[in-house]
Amino acid sequence: MGRYVARRLLLTIPVLLGASFLIFAMVYALPGDPIRALGGDRPISPAVVAELRERFHLNDPLYVQYWEYLKGLFSGDLGTDFRGRPVLDTIERTLPVTIKLALVAIVFEAVIGLVAGVLAGIRRNSFFDNLVLVSTTLVVSIPILVLAFFAQLLFGLKLGWFPIAGTNEGLYSYLLPGLVLASGSLAYVARLTRTSLAENLRADYVRTARAKGLPNRTVIVRHTLRNSLIPVVTYIGADIGTLLGGAIVTETVFNLPGIGREVFNSIRSQEGAVVVGIVTLMVFFFIFFNLVVDVLYAVLDPRIRYD
Amino acid sequence: MTNLDLTKPTAELAAQGTPLLEVDDLRVEFRTRSGVVNAVNGISYSLGAGETLAILGESGSGKSVSAQAIMGILETPPAVISGGGIWFQGRNVLEMSAEDQRTIRGPGISMIFQDALSSLNPVYSVGFQIGEMFRAHRGLSKKAARAKAVELMDRVRIPAAARRVDDYPHQFSGGMRQRVMIAMAIALDPRILIADEPTTALDVTVQAQVMDLLKDLQQETGMGLILITHDLGVVNEVADNVAVMYAGEIVERGTVDDVFGRPSHPYTEGLMSSVPQVEAKGGRLRPIAGQPPNLARIPSGCPFHPRCARRRLGAEAAPGRDCATDVPPLRLVVPGREAACHYSEEVLGVRAP
Repeated sequence: MGRYVARRLLLTIPVLLGASFLIFAMVYALPGDPIRALGGDRPISPAVVAELRERFHLNDPLYVQYWEYLKGLFSGDLGTDFRGRPVLDTIERTLPVTIKLALVAIVFEAVIGLVAGVLAGIRRNSFFDNLVLVSTTLVVSIPILVLAFFAQLLFGLKLGWFPIAGTNEGLYSYLLPGLVLASGSLAYVARLTRTSLAENLRADYVRTARAKGLPNRTVIVRHTLRNSLIPVVTYIGADIGTLLGGAIVTETVFNLPGIGREVFNSIRSQEGAVVVGIVTLMVFFFIFFNLVVDVLYAVLDPRIRYD
Repeated sequence: MTNLDLTKPTAELAAQGTPLLEVDDLRVEFRTRSGVVNAVNGISYSLGAGETLAILGESGSGKSVSAQAIMGILETPPAVISGGGIWFQGRNVLEMSAEDQRTIRGPGISMIFQDALSSLNPVYSVGFQIGEMFRAHRGLSKKAARAKAVELMDRVRIPAAARRVDDYPHQFSGGMRQRVMIAMAIALDPRILIADEPTTALDVTVQAQVMDLLKDLQQETGMGLILITHDLGVVNEVADNVAVMYAGEIVERGTVDDVFGRPSHPYTEGLMSSVPQVEAKGGRLRPIAGQPPNLARIPSGCPFHPRCARRRLGAEAAPGRDCATDVPPLRLVVPGREAACHYSEEVLGVRAP
């Protein structure tokens, strides 16, 4: 197991290098001049533009720029944006917001998704089961952008239950965006749990558990739920990585100063260093949590062994 | 709690003349969207202590369903026990509360299944799964239950039991897995053990070992054994009595020697001649023509008549004994032998009464 984890961790290095180069190349390929964009409507003198382009290596070919970036990276420097602020500081400022948002979303996803899925799976074809099926289909089919604006309008503006933007009210400000962010995965968790449970209820070993005269509770919890949750837990685990990277829309709509909104703004102003730094971090989260899931899988299912 | 006395020695009960199990006119149907499937259509039998009853039949003849009805583990719905009774030590199981029924499963009646790999939970160690019997029914601690599990694994002759108790089902061979199932089933010294095709998934040498083990355990404990199988060889070796099922009914019943030696139902006769015999080496096997009936549309009259070589229809038939229209009841043909055929005497070669 230890060797397996070490090998997987080593493998993340080439993946991260490749990902950062791709992102770097894409930012490089964006049309427009980031230096001119920096000035907004005010024209910047050609001398200043030339000076700045030189300082940020913008006149060099792509591979030279990337090499300069990598040199900085190995000395722990993620570079600076065009205003001279270190990218590392930006990440330190914005990441906690995204982590809080992702945690709130995961809690919603796990608690509501699991409970709904378990109840629907145990009472298949009941009213509640049909309710879960219809509502999850609805949620999955609405784009998150629409859902975010709709939630903002209904719960924030009309009903006034939640703040519509910002983080002024502490954790409470994260509830509505967290729910919006979780909605798609929540629906998926509910359906996955339901299907997995319904399938396991028909398994031979559940019949054996009944034949052993175990109490119904034990049959359901120990011999059905435990087995059914293996795919669900692994899905939720992998989803942490996705949520940490996928909050771009939610954070922008709800104006939360997290890495998602930061990356959105940086793409618009062509802040190459910021985009590369943050997106590479997102890729790392994704790889890391997938590794955690693979390890967890072996813990949950004794038939899986990595040797 | 049930007031069933599960502590009294089996021999004492036998002396009182109460059979361990009596099944009377049991009927099970599956109500599905596409119609009603009549899986078990009025079967009756009884089982005494130390006795081995083999229930023989093709797939879909209702043998497994009837066993699951006795265990109380049928999926309901779609299955419905639509008639009859199941008496365990003199009490009708079907009239008990679900909780009382549950306490019988394990110490009263226990069951082993065909495919031990899928019938054992893959995520728990075998020791845990055997020990569960003691934890659920006797309230033993986890540690004590594990110790009991080692004892049982020794008893079913699993080598190095103490070392293997924490292994998982997938780490055992097919034969060893079936032993784990048996250990689990006999954990609480059940009065009755139902073995549903216990050796079908195993290779021949292992089959013999498992059957020997079951026989030995039965001799030690005096439990009644219901052996569900389609393997005539297995029946011949271990069973005392045999009931042959066809289309959810018992069509012939008697001691194994009688039934196998001289069948009195054309279906049994057909089964016998479709099995290779050492004496008939070089001869051709004669399979039973046709297909097992669709249980949603069981043929009228004798359910076997469309496939029967001895059927008599219309003018050929004796009055009231037309195979296509008159249902043959299960009746005593000669002492100790029952068959559900209008013309059993003919099959048996004796004069009609």
